[in-house]
Amino acid sequence: MTFLGMPPFPQAAREALGDTQLRRNLAHATATIRAKRAAVVAEVPEWEDLRRAGAAIKDNTLRRLDEHLLRLERSLTDRGVRVHWARDAAEACEVVGRIARGHGIDEVVKVKSMATQEIGLNEALAAQGVTAWETDLAELVVQLGDDLPSHILVPAIHRNRAEIREIFLSTMEGVGPGLSDEPAELAAAARRHLRRKFLSARMAVSGANFAVADTGTLVVVESEGNGRMCLTLPEILVSVVGIEKVVPTWADLDVFLQLLPRSSTGERMNPYTSTWSGVTPGDGPQEMHVVLLDNGRTRALADEIGRQALRCIRCSACLNVCPVYERTGGHAYGSVYPGPIGAILNPLLKGVGVDAQTDSLPYASSLCGACFDACPVRIDIPEVLVHLRSRVVDARRGPRPRAESVAMKAAAWTLAKSSRLRWAERVSALVGRLGRRRLPGGRRALARLPWPGSAWTDARDLPTPPAESFRRWWRRDERS
Amino acid sequence: MVTCVNDALFPETGKSVVRLLRRLGVEVGFPETQTCCGQPMVNTGYLDEAVTVVRTFAKAFDRYDAIVTPSGSCAGSVRHQHGIVARRGGDERLAASSGKVFELSEFLVDVLGVEDVGAYFPHRVTYHPTCHSLRMLRVGDRPLRLLRAVRGIDLAELPAADECCGFGGTFALKNADTSVAMGADKARHVRETGAEVLVAGDNSCLLHIGGLLSRQRSGVKVMHLADVLAGTEGDR
Repeated sequence: MTFLGMPPFPQAAREALGDTQLRRNLAHATATIRAKRAAVVAEVPEWEDLRRAGAAIKDNTLRRLDEHLLRLERSLTDRGVRVHWARDAAEACEVVGRIARGHGIDEVVKVKSMATQEIGLNEALAAQGVTAWETDLAELVVQLGDDLPSHILVPAIHRNRAEIREIFLSTMEGVGPGLSDEPAELAAAARRHLRRKFLSARMAVSGANFAVADTGTLVVVESEGNGRMCLTLPEILVSVVGIEKVVPTWADLDVFLQLLPRSSTGERMNPYTSTWSGVTPGDGPQEMHVVLLDNGRTRALADEIGRQALRCIRCSACLNVCPVYERTGGHAYGSVYPGPIGAILNPLLKGVGVDAQTDSLPYASSLCGACFDACPVRIDIPEVLVHLRSRVVDARRGPRPRAESVAMKAAAWTLAKSSRLRWAERVSALVGRLGRRRLPGGRRALARLPWPGSAWTDARDLPTPPAESFRRWWRRDERS
Repeated sequence: MVTCVNDALFPETGKSVVRLLRRLGVEVGFPETQTCCGQPMVNTGYLDEAVTVVRTFAKAFDRYDAIVTPSGSCAGSVRHQHGIVARRGGDERLAASSGKVFELSEFLVDVLGVEDVGAYFPHRVTYHPTCHSLRMLRVGDRPLRLLRAVRGIDLAELPAADECCGFGGTFALKNADTSVAMGADKARHVRETGAEVLVAGDNSCLLHIGGLLSRQRSGVKVMHLADVLAGTEGDR
C-alpha cells in the first residue's frame, strides 16, 4: 500500500510544494468539491444525526466483527459465491491471480477499488502475465500516465485536462492530434477505449463499498457506469473486500447511501449504485469470488483509540477540506490512502516504529480539526493523530535518544518548576537584546537562527524575547 | 493561566487580560507556580514528559474556581487532553482542571455576560478565528461580538477565515515548508482586507502569521484580542 522508496512526508512535501501546476490543479479541484459538498450537506437538517448513526452502525459491527464476517461468508456461500480469506496483500493477490490463470485469462477489467490498489493487485497480476485494465476514468488516466493515484475518490486530481489530453494522445490507440481538451471529448475517447475492453474481457475484479452480512449482498457506488459494465458483462467476477466493509443488514445501507455521495462527490445521490447477491443463472457473471482482506485491519482493530479509523467509508471529504493535502497533494503521503485518513490509516494498518516514512505521517497535520468536522462517520482524526504520535515516540524510546526527545525532555524539565522557567526567561531576555530590525508595532526581530531555529526563521521573523516576562512583571506589580 | 508562550514572549497580553478583567470587576489571581499546559509535549507525542508538566499545572490551579486563559489552544488542551495525560500518568487528579477552564471570549460572554467591554480601538482590523477556538472549543462568533462592540473599530471580514494558518505547534518546525505554504495564503487573505491589524485569540498562531507578514514587510501588525479589548479611550 506504500509507494516504494518514498521519503518521509516533510521531504516529499517540499518537492510537491514547488510544483506550481500541481498547486493550482489541487487548489482549484479541492475548492470546487468543498463548495459542492458544503451545499448538499447544508440541505440535510438531520445531517448530524446521520453522522452519529453511521458511526454507531460501524462501531457496533466492529465490536462483533468475527460474527458478522462468518454470517457474511455463509450468506455468500449459500448464494453460490466462493469466499476466500486473505491475511495480507500477497495472499489476496495470489488468490486473484490463481483464479485468472485457472481460466487461462490474460486480461481483466477493473472496477475502481481502493482495496485492490492497497494490495498492489495490478502489479502482482502483471508479474503473473495478467493485464489489469482500470475502467474508472481517473484511474485510467493514472494507469495510462504510468503515474500514482493521489486522491481516494479522484486519483488523477493532480492532473488538469491539458495534461490528460497529452496522456491520451501518447497512450491510447486510435486517438489523433485532433483531440481537444474539452472534457466531453476526452470522456468520449476514454469511452471508445474502454468499450473494447468491456466487450473482450472474460473476468472482472472489483472491490465493494459495503458487504451486507444478512443477504450476502455486495454494493458498489460509482458515478460513471463503467463499474456496472464490469459487474455485468464478464463471465467471472472477483471482489476484493476489506473485512471492515461488512454491515449487518440491508437497512443499514439507508444511512450510508445518504452519507457517502454527499460527502464524496457532493451529490445528493450517486448516478450508479450496483448491488448483487450471488450468482443469478443466465444473468451476469456466472462465477463469483469474494476475497475477504485483513492486511492490517485486525492490527488497527486492536488499537482502542485508533480503531475508529475502520469506520472509514473512503469518501475523501477529509482530503478535500485538509489545508495540508490541498498544498502538498496526495503523492507526498506515499500511499494510496493520502490526506488525513491516510495519515492515520497507514500507521494503523502497518504498525509504527518500523519505517520512517510511515512514522512521519501522524505528524503531517496542523491538527486544525477540519477533517473531523467533515467526516461522515465522525472519525476523530486529530485525536487519533495525537495518539499515534505518542505511539511513534514510545516505539522509539530507547538507550540512544534523538535530538527531538532530548529537547522535549529538557523542555519538560524546565516547565516542571516555575523557578526553572523564570531562569530560562531571564536568559532569553538577554538573547532578546540581539534583535536589530523593527517589527510592525515596534518590537525588534531576531536575525536568522542556526538549525533547528532556522526551520522557523528561514521564512518567518521572530520577535525578540521581552526584557521582562509576565511573571516578573506580576511580582513587581503585586509588590508595588 | 497566562500560558508559557505569553509569559515568555508576549507579557503585554497577560497584562491586558489582568487590566480587562479588573476593569470588569473580577478578582484576578496569578498562581506563580504555573508554567505550561503540556500541549507541546502531548501534540508531539511525548506523553511521559507531559505528565510531569501537567502535574505542575494541576497543583498550581488546584484551589481556583475558574481558570481564564488568552489562548483557545491552551484552553482546548486543558479541556480535551488532560484526560489523556491523566490516563498515562495513572492519576485522575491531573485532569481536575478540565471542567473549569475558559478561553477569554467564553469567560467574558458566557460567564460575565458582557459583549461591550468599554474598549476603544480606532483602526482597521480583521479577525482570524484560530482552529482550536473554532473547532475544539466551538467559541463561535463570541470574539467577533466582542470586537463589534469596540468603539472606533473598522472590522473587515477575512476571506477563508476558518482555514488553518499552518502554525500547528511543532508542525511549524517539523513540516516547516507546508506550514509556511499555508501561512502564505493566510497572510495573502489578511492583506486583501486592507487591515492595519490582524487580531486573533492565540498569540502562537499570530507568532506564525505575524512572522510571515513582517518578513514580507507588509506593514500589517498582529495583536491579541485581549490587547484590543483592554485598550480604552483614556490610554491611547
